[in-house]
Amino acid sequence: MSRIGVFVCHCGENISRTVDVEQVAKAAGEIPGVAYSCDYKYMCSDPGQTLLKKAVAEHKLDGVLVAACSPRMHEKTFRKAAEAAGLNPYLCEMANIREHCSWVHEDRGMATAKAKDIVKLMVERVRKGKSLAPITVPVTKRALVIGGGIAGIQAALDIADAGHKVVLVERDPSIGGHMAQLSETFPTLDCSQCIMTPKMVDVANHPNITLFTYSEIEKVEGYIGNFQVTVKHKARSVDEKKCTGCGVCMTKCPKKKIPNEFDQGHGMRPAIYVPFPQAVPNTPVIDRENCTMFQSGKCGVCAKVCGPGAVDYEQKDTFTVEDVGAIVVATGFKLYTIDRKPEGSPIQGYGEFGYGTIPDIIDGMTFERLASASGPTGGKILRPSDGKEPKQVVFIQCVGSRAREKGISYCSKVCCMYTAKHTMLYHHKVHDGQAYVFFMDARTPGKGYDEFWRRAVEEEEAVYIRGMVSRMYQRGDKIVVMGSDIQVGTQVEIEADLVVLATAVQPQDGADLLAQKLGISYDKYNFYSEAHAKLKPVECATAGIYLAGACQGPKDIPDTVSQASAAAAKVMTLFAKDQLERDPVVAKVNEKYCVGCFACKKVCAYGAIEEKEIRDRQGNLVKKVAYVNPGVCGGCGTCQATCPSKSIELDGYTDEQIMAMIEAL
Amino acid sequence: MHAETKQHDFEPKIVAFVCTWCTYAGADLAGTSRMQYPSNVRVLKFPCTGRIDPVFILRAFQKGADGVLVSGCHPGDCHYMAGNFHARRRFAAFRALLSFVGVDLNRLQFSWVSAAEGGKWVDVVTELTERVRTMGPMPEFKELEHEEQWSTFAGASADKVLNSPELKEAYDSIG
Ligand SMILES: Cc1cc2nc3c(=O)[nH]c(=O)nc-3n(C[C@H](O)[C@H](O)[C@H](O)COP(=O)(O)OP(=O)(O)OC[C@H]3O[C@@H](n4cnc5c(N)ncnc54)[C@H](O)[C@@H]3O)c2cc1C
Ligand code: SF4
Ligand code: SF4
Repeated sequence: MSRIGVFVCHCGENISRTVDVEQVAKAAGEIPGVAYSCDYKYMCSDPGQTLLKKAVAEHKLDGVLVAACSPRMHEKTFRKAAEAAGLNPYLCEMANIREHCSWVHEDRGMATAKAKDIVKLMVERVRKGKSLAPITVPVTKRALVIGGGIAGIQAALDIADAGHKVVLVERDPSIGGHMAQLSETFPTLDCSQCIMTPKMVDVANHPNITLFTYSEIEKVEGYIGNFQVTVKHKARSVDEKKCTGCGVCMTKCPKKKIPNEFDQGHGMRPAIYVPFPQAVPNTPVIDRENCTMFQSGKCGVCAKVCGPGAVDYEQKDTFTVEDVGAIVVATGFKLYTIDRKPEGSPIQGYGEFGYGTIPDIIDGMTFERLASASGPTGGKILRPSDGKEPKQVVFIQCVGSRAREKGISYCSKVCCMYTAKHTMLYHHKVHDGQAYVFFMDARTPGKGYDEFWRRAVEEEEAVYIRGMVSRMYQRGDKIVVMGSDIQVGTQVEIEADLVVLATAVQPQDGADLLAQKLGISYDKYNFYSEAHAKLKPVECATAGIYLAGACQGPKDIPDTVSQASAAAAKVMTLFAKDQLERDPVVAKVNEKYCVGCFACKKVCAYGAIEEKEIRDRQGNLVKKVAYVNPGVCGGCGTCQATCPSKSIELDGYTDEQIMAMIEAL
Repeated sequence: MHAETKQHDFEPKIVAFVCTWCTYAGADLAGTSRMQYPSNVRVLKFPCTGRIDPVFILRAFQKGADGVLVSGCHPGDCHYMAGNFHARRRFAAFRALLSFVGVDLNRLQFSWVSAAEGGKWVDVVTELTERVRTMGPMPEFKELEHEEQWSTFAGASADKVLNSPELKEAYDSIG
């Protein structure tokens, strides 16, 4: 740029009080290549902007510097003005002489000298600047939702209702997730299945939703607006198209005593099964590990009894590639396994609690199944060991959560509330029973939540003991719970018939592997990381991927649904345009000089760098070079500082620009 | 190097390389809060500390800086996820190198200043300025300028080197 205009702002008196703006403008005018300079009271005002536009036309300016406030304040304003005057907006820069100068220095001489220096540096930046055109990428208006719990269901329904196609991929044979397992839900105690199953049916019937259950994500390629996702459809051994869901196979299967995962192992199911009666889809799946036909080749009963001939022992895993423009990750949580140290996890087990060896010590989700009308006991609270009704039940909160020594320091957020719920459900079903709760604090923020907790304590007679449990052991048919009551300062010993542990909420198994396929980040516990804890709570730092539900951190249903709808709204915003416009501050590779070491690829946190083959006219491979996908590049410039052959360059922050600024120091 | 030569009337030149998202914003906050600090610092804005090439630091010393500050987001807070980790690793090695060639590392400061830490920005800049003031000017690298050619970077000459006839021929054969 050889005809640069410099505009120095007084900002009322905010700048001119300590900086001699006239002198700064005059000094700027003497810098070679500066064709025009002036000062003005309020550059950002309408007359100020008009002044800028007029000067661009009159003096044929090819670059503009506004010395005023922080670019974080008004860069957009002046770039727009420059654009209106016919300049490329990226040829307009700001010199920050307010926040970084007039406001922080009192000495007028020093402040003026500094302002002149800042202007001098920034003039160099403008001089070496380049016109940049906004990057546009086409958007495939079809979304992928991973995980069919309440989060995934809500997000899928919202996006589908807005008129866009959705692919919902669920790992299990049915959608529903944990909410389908719950008995009644706090804070209103409505029946979970009653509010959940209609939504599941909506998903199955929605013309815009393609549902893949018993399927997993195999590979993810592409970038925002243009993902190609390979989905693995695990062999169900039942043809979904032929099956009518009559269920004859399940009643005839001779293997009937397989612990049912849906009932936390407390109910039984056959080898060909649907996880629960309201499953969506209602197509059974053969559990090949437990099926006699698959294990010994002798049986085949289900195939014989199936009217439509849907059972297919030969079925193989299949794969499809789905083109989508946005991805919502909603893979939820799992509960902490208390009896042993989970493999590969930093978390220690709770051997001292006897979970796994004492059958009447159960976790919260098992209690949900015992309390559920559709559960293994038909909704009666009966303990696993002998089927008797427990008269004294001890609930223990924060098992695993907030226990730094065990490896988890976070709060699981839902346990205080569901334990209060459990004590109520118990009291409603066993009128002469007594519930005790060991707790550290009662954390009940949320609408109607504290009232709910108080009801458990004040009306439903749960005895809350503030303190920790140190040990539990079996004595006769009782479990002795030894703990402390820190409010009274004594040791307590309770003979319980049943103990329920509120174990920590953890990310799903394999959450990290999925994150690596998606190229999204996760914290040390494997919860997925949002782009900004406050301002971008549903976006991933990887553009085009959004988070919903407990996979991002422990959450109750209202929070999960809110986040899912927010994620859906983000997807709809993305889909509102045919083309996506991006800031052109992205890296570019000079293919001539690139030596193909791919040092850049290793440091790029966005996975923006690909390997590209250069071939000669005969089609022989000459070399491999780096290629930056402009749709994916975040614009950090780490690759550039890393490249040993200086072949990759970040537009807007080129070495030439920066070195010119340093030269002007 | 010059720790002994106390020169209180000396105004050191301090150059700060900062990232846009955290430290630049932190310096803005110091401004909006009307905090005061020495005016010696000149700020160069980068998208991320990950973009900062150690060569920039060398060149700054050569062009008259007496002290250099590199500052970005706290580890884990990088706007670009991991740029500051790469920067940290890079500068750990770079510091060792500088120390090896005899630069007093008191002249080179690395810090994490978040967008909320206007006060910390003031402290870091003030401390570095005052420390360098007592150390006196740093002439070594400036003298080097006349001997060494920073060929790759000296604007037009980069092109000269990279577009030498030999290289041109080699590249053209690639097609
Ligand atoms: C004992 C207990 C009681 C509770 N009671 C209440 C209550 O009363 N009220 C309340 O508001 N909240 C309650 N909660 C919390 C509630 O369960 C959660 O808020 C809710 O289930 C979170 O929904 P989600 O969709 O995020 O996760 P999930 O329900 O865990 O669903 C995740 C889904 O993703 C699938 N999935 C996982 N990984 C993959 C993969 N890689 N690929 C494809 N699919 C995958 C899973 O199979 C699952 O279907 C309770 C929690 C517990 C543990
Ligand atoms: S680091 Fe540089 S040379 Fe290596 S692959 Fe990337 S662009 Fe090419
Ligand atoms: S600028 Fe950052 S995001 Fe873009 S390619 Fe380079 S390292 Fe990746």
